[in-house]
Amino acid sequence: MTDFSDAFQAALGLIVTLDSDLAEIVALSLGVSLTAVTIATVIGMPVGAMVALFRFPGRHGLSVFLNALMGLPPVVVGLIVYLMLSRMGPFGVFGLLFTPTAMIIAQVLLVTPIIAALTRQVVEDLWREYREQLMSLGASKMRAIPTLLWDGRFSLVTVVLAGFGRASAEVGAVMIVGGNIDHATRVMTTAIALEVSKGNLALALGLGILLIALSATIGAVAYIIKERAERRMSGGMLGG
Amino acid sequence: MNNASNVLPLVLDNVWYRTLDGMPLIKEITTTLKAGGKAVIIGPNGAGKSLFLRLCHGLIEPSEGNIKWQLASGAAAHQAMVFQRPVMLRRTVRANVDYALHLQKIAPPTRSQIINDVLEKTGLSRLADTQARLLSFGEQQRLALARAWALKPQVLFMDEPTASLDPSAAYLIEQLIETITAQGTKIIMTTHDLGQARRMADEVLFLHRGRLLEHAPAEQFFSAPKNDLAQAFIKGELLWWRRGEGSDDAKRHDPKHAR
Ligand SMILES: Nc1ncnc2c1ncn2[C@@H]1O[C@H](COP(=O)(O)OP(=O)(O)OP(=O)(O)O)[C@@H](O)[C@H]1O
Ligand SMILES: [Mg+2]
Repeated sequence: MTDFSDAFQAALGLIVTLDSDLAEIVALSLGVSLTAVTIATVIGMPVGAMVALFRFPGRHGLSVFLNALMGLPPVVVGLIVYLMLSRMGPFGVFGLLFTPTAMIIAQVLLVTPIIAALTRQVVEDLWREYREQLMSLGASKMRAIPTLLWDGRFSLVTVVLAGFGRASAEVGAVMIVGGNIDHATRVMTTAIALEVSKGNLALALGLGILLIALSATIGAVAYIIKERAERRMSGGMLGG
Repeated sequence: MNNASNVLPLVLDNVWYRTLDGMPLIKEITTTLKAGGKAVIIGPNGAGKSLFLRLCHGLIEPSEGNIKWQLASGAAAHQAMVFQRPVMLRRTVRANVDYALHLQKIAPPTRSQIINDVLEKTGLSRLADTQARLLSFGEQQRLALARAWALKPQVLFMDEPTASLDPSAAYLIEQLIETITAQGTKIIMTTHDLGQARRMADEVLFLHRGRLLEHAPAEQFFSAPKNDLAQAFIKGELLWWRRGEGSDDAKRHDPKHAR
């Protein structure tokens, strides 16, 4: 019980004093995850849409593969990226290991399959409704992709949020490729892991509460924006 | 419309359409649809009217036989279709029409001119900036028509354009179809409203169980349909009921209706 009240006090204390170390950790966490999710969205959405629309050999296999990748263990992804970026690895010359860039790469690998697989679902449903109309208007499948992504934008917000949830919560991959170096690659999840191993449970819990608060806030804000926009489109009867 | 470059006539030669497991849904249709006027397709539910339109419009490929436009090159760009259920893009009314014109690579200033014009003619100007999916069903049907009309097609396919509309909305659509015909667009439409078929048709196609049993000028069709099933249909008899009577089947001289 005292652990919890201590934790809340620690968390409050950290926030109220605007601890500069903490601010650095939070900023890096957000920076890495937001960058990774942005890149994953740019790659994953068109891929998901193409798998939804085009018939090509191995399409079914690719769908299954994408869905399987959604559950990829972060530790294994971290290990693979580590091997790629380590000095002996194929990309060793770039010296990226233990940098935020390495963490972004690992998270992109983790999140892209999620965004691609969920986008495929959304686009496939919409395509079923739109297909004949768009064909009739003379749109090629290639031309239909941006149309479907735009018209599915509300559902796709949720897809991006799911990706962000995975990126910001995982610890295994960033720990391995980032190394949890103070003032360099320490993010919230790795900081929590470290504090726990040091036996500093109150601080770990405090960080945990902060992590929850942050991701919940981002989720809620995105949801509210999405809902507002959606309401404007499909029932703007209230008010003007 | 410039007749010299018209994509019509449309020639169907022994057209069959089968499901993946081989069940025939459209059977040996051979006919020609010429430029001008309104061709109205009638027949009971499940006769294959919608499939027939989608085949002609090129949305599905025949399993057998040929569908040929007189002017094959670019024929797709000269057709438009209004579907049985209107498909509204998740955008404003204006953007729905704009999207269609944009695909045809029409320049923005011309686009907005055309949009204003068709929205006014279909009585949707007031709703131009409303989200299309908020419109009532009748308004959506009108928007679908406006969007198709904006493309200035030589051939306009319409699948039950007035089904589930109230009488005045249906009347409005009929008026619009007359205006579009007057501009030289060939109308190929289906309907379950025999009164509407009588009012509008220049030629009638009677479909039954995937077969085209009769294709005749409207006057001739309504005064004396050659096919006995067509006769029964326009008298309002229930075809599926008649089919059950064995003795009746035997008396029939038309071998085509047999499955
Ligand atoms: N993809 C499909 N697979 C199997 N059967 C189909 C398919 N599409 C249509 N059918 C069947 O083909 C028949 C003709 O369908 P169609 O939609 O053309 O009828 P319709 O004449 O337009 O009927 P309605 O007046 O009810 O609109 C129906 O029996 C329908 O169930
Ligand atoms: Mg139909």
